Amino acid sequence: MQKTDVVVIGAGAVGCAVARELSKYQVHVTVVDKRDDIGGDASKSNSAIIHTGYDAAPGTLESQLVVAANPMYDELTKDLDIPFERIGAVLPAFTGEQFEKLPAIKEKAFQNHVYDVEYLSREELLLKEPELNPEVKGGLYIPRESIIDPFILVQALAENANENGVDFMLNTEVTDIRTAEGSVTAVVTTQGEIETSYVVNAAALHCDDIAAMVGKADYKVVARRGQFYILDKNTNCKVKNIVLPIPTKITKGKLMTPTIHGNMLVGPTAEDLDNKVDVSVTAEGLDSIYEDVRKMIPSVNIRDTITQYSGLRPNRNPEGLHVDVYDDLNGYVNLSGVRSTGLTLSVAMGKYVTEKLKEIGLNLILKDDFKKTRKGIPCFHKMTEEEQEAVIRENPLYGTIICRCETITEGEIVDAIRRPLGARTVDAVKRRVRAGMGRCQGGFCGPKVIEILARELEIPANQVEKNLKGSYMVTGRNKKQRENGYV
Amino acid sequence: MYRVECDVAVIGGGPAGLSAAVAAKKEGSGKVLVIERDESIGGILQQCIHPGFGLTYFKEELTGPEYAARFAREAAERGVEFLLNSMVLEIRKEEGEILCVNREHGLTMVHAASIILAMGCRERTRANIMIPGSRPAGVYTAGAAQRLVNRQNQMVGKRVVILGSGDIGMIMARRMTLEGAEVLAVIELMDYLAGLTRNKVQCLDDFGIPLYLSHTITKIDGYQRVEGVHFAQVGADKKPVKETEKYLECDTLLLSVGLIPENELTRKADIEISPVTNGPKVNQYMQTSAENIFACGNVVHVNDLADNVSVESRRAGAYAARYAMGCLARETKRVENMPGGNVRYLCPQSVSATDEDETVSLYFRVLHPDEKVIIRAKSGDKILSSKKAARVNPGEMEHIEIHTKDIEENEVTVEVVKEG
Repeated sequence: MQKTDVVVIGAGAVGCAVARELSKYQVHVTVVDKRDDIGGDASKSNSAIIHTGYDAAPGTLESQLVVAANPMYDELTKDLDIPFERIGAVLPAFTGEQFEKLPAIKEKAFQNHVYDVEYLSREELLLKEPELNPEVKGGLYIPRESIIDPFILVQALAENANENGVDFMLNTEVTDIRTAEGSVTAVVTTQGEIETSYVVNAAALHCDDIAAMVGKADYKVVARRGQFYILDKNTNCKVKNIVLPIPTKITKGKLMTPTIHGNMLVGPTAEDLDNKVDVSVTAEGLDSIYEDVRKMIPSVNIRDTITQYSGLRPNRNPEGLHVDVYDDLNGYVNLSGVRSTGLTLSVAMGKYVTEKLKEIGLNLILKDDFKKTRKGIPCFHKMTEEEQEAVIRENPLYGTIICRCETITEGEIVDAIRRPLGARTVDAVKRRVRAGMGRCQGGFCGPKVIEILARELEIPANQVEKNLKGSYMVTGRNKKQRENGYV
Repeated sequence: MYRVECDVAVIGGGPAGLSAAVAAKKEGSGKVLVIERDESIGGILQQCIHPGFGLTYFKEELTGPEYAARFAREAAERGVEFLLNSMVLEIRKEEGEILCVNREHGLTMVHAASIILAMGCRERTRANIMIPGSRPAGVYTAGAAQRLVNRQNQMVGKRVVILGSGDIGMIMARRMTLEGAEVLAVIELMDYLAGLTRNKVQCLDDFGIPLYLSHTITKIDGYQRVEGVHFAQVGADKKPVKETEKYLECDTLLLSVGLIPENELTRKADIEISPVTNGPKVNQYMQTSAENIFACGNVVHVNDLADNVSVESRRAGAYAARYAMGCLARETKRVENMPGGNVRYLCPQSVSATDEDETVSLYFRVLHPDEKVIIRAKSGDKILSSKKAARVNPGEMEHIEIHTKDIEENEVTVEVVKEG
């Protein structure tokens, strides 16, 4: 049986941030996730924004964590080589009713210790964001609202944790948690049992199922679906800031923002589901995004969409972000209600959960050899010509462009597969190096990525998967080759 | 940086690029270099292993690779040079420079007196047409599936539905059937076929594959792999009629829902692009808004036959060669070609009239199908030429010839009107 000091269930942003924080100490950590890749669930489908917490419910744990997390990103993204930009957000008011809400929003920001929110006049807003509906009456500016590559955030946290000794077990589903005399003793998985005294439940959408294994499911996770559009980098109507709507009582509304890679992101919807799997997009949902967003940005050209996706927010019923430890169950930390702000607050949560573990008895002694930096995959199209020449000389695979839309080389794809916690699926390649994320959506590079994955992983092409088990890309050799005995 | 000098540089070694390169050589050009991103030439023809090529150009029926080989052989005989495995990153039109990259030489700068754009087109995707539903494996554009099956020898699925009646979709319907897959339906949004009638006959009818016109897919099911699609009839507004919805259990959905000229390089080089064709605007020499840059084939406008591409590209090659040699005739008058009734666009978009009389073919597509029509080219009130057509269809390109000496105004209009 494997032995470890702490099992973290869930390799999303929060799970990986907890693992990375713990990897600063002399403890052995194992992260388990049932999916094919790190960051493979809620952490991959969101609005890719690092929030300030200006609109959180003041005084709540969620507010504290988001507000604490935002300033951490300047250093973290440098240390871990994560694309990040503080572009700022505008909150324009178009009606008298919306305009009257601005002081209350600013007041709330103040209560959340977000002191840098400013009023902007109509003229100032239009100068800052020329694509706004000219009927705008005025609004707020929130300078530290930022954009990030959410995939790379999770990968970077995980890779750095891994380099500092954390083990990751993917395609590993937790089926039970064993306890004895009021303490955690082991985690049972589809890949065997792991002996441990500490468990952190960071299973997001499925955290209630995990909690039920130890009798702590006093809440339910309700998947709240958010649908999004991604628009082509060449779309003629682009915003420079995150453009947020004034929230109503019912919804936070739909936003438009640049992504860190220069696309436009438009959405999301907010629909409570009766299941935890339905990441479909719907005609009604997509239409509603367009209807709402064009009130703020009238020229938004939704026909320039290159993809649509949806993600599931692990909302909690009853609501609220919770980090629970239990008198009658030693060694168990339960995280629940980590929703839209989860990506942002993950890094603060890592520190918070570490303190909680210390409180409940985990012996934490700092390592003296913690390596705090991580280098990402060299990005060919961002290099100078001299750097491009050098990298091709060193590794000729950088001289072959595989994804023409995003100018991604074979060198980058191979690096994505070969590096620790490397890509094992087509989508995992895409989330690491953006091959297939451009306007042709893998029409050109998809077949080649299958070929490269098969070659690098030394598997037949029909074992290459898109993401989950069973998501095979091809069924096997064609007739002629089968007849000639190829496999 | 590795540098190459040439007279005419051609970007793309598919049907357009090969034909243009051969024509440039025939015209007497010095060094002609084709830059190709693939490891071999022929472009998309390499995966088009079906027959149907060459019927008009060579007066015999060839497969795609055979058709490409004819041009490849002639190119080799005439001394056309090739830079393979090379992706173009940027065109610097003022300098006449093309920056590309390959494994062997790293960054490579090609300098050319004239440049021919022959990058072809790409396929519209599921996202472009916003099909609702989940996003499982098993949704392919028809061309990507064709590459997998014909070049990588990998089958993409066993029970297949095809959305869109474009030519590649219909050809893949037959191909998948021959490979042992079951093709359940070809579903087309419009009330007419998107591709060629001959492909419907040879690829669908001959194999008993049903074609549903005025239908669309309303939802894709399945989280790992496609499990099925919902489809429904559409009303006059092209919106699905809920009551007519049906379900097809399948593991694969192929999309043949249109092609888009591949003009990222053109756009970056700030060459004028037609919003209708999504390709560079050209004159009858296939010359773009940059005088040293020519364009031909699907990068200009999507053709339905490779044979047509070859013909059009010969002009681009010949005139690019003349430009490189400094002997392209001087323009005396610029004439704009305007689409009239039931004409979606005209290519070329303009005519550069010179002192010499020239015969110019104006290619176009109609907006909607019609029968017993007259195709007419006019300049002002003067009819330049006209011809009858038994039927016209948006899926089949038409053309009409005019003589430049007949043009008196600064504008030529082509219209398709009912006979009588």
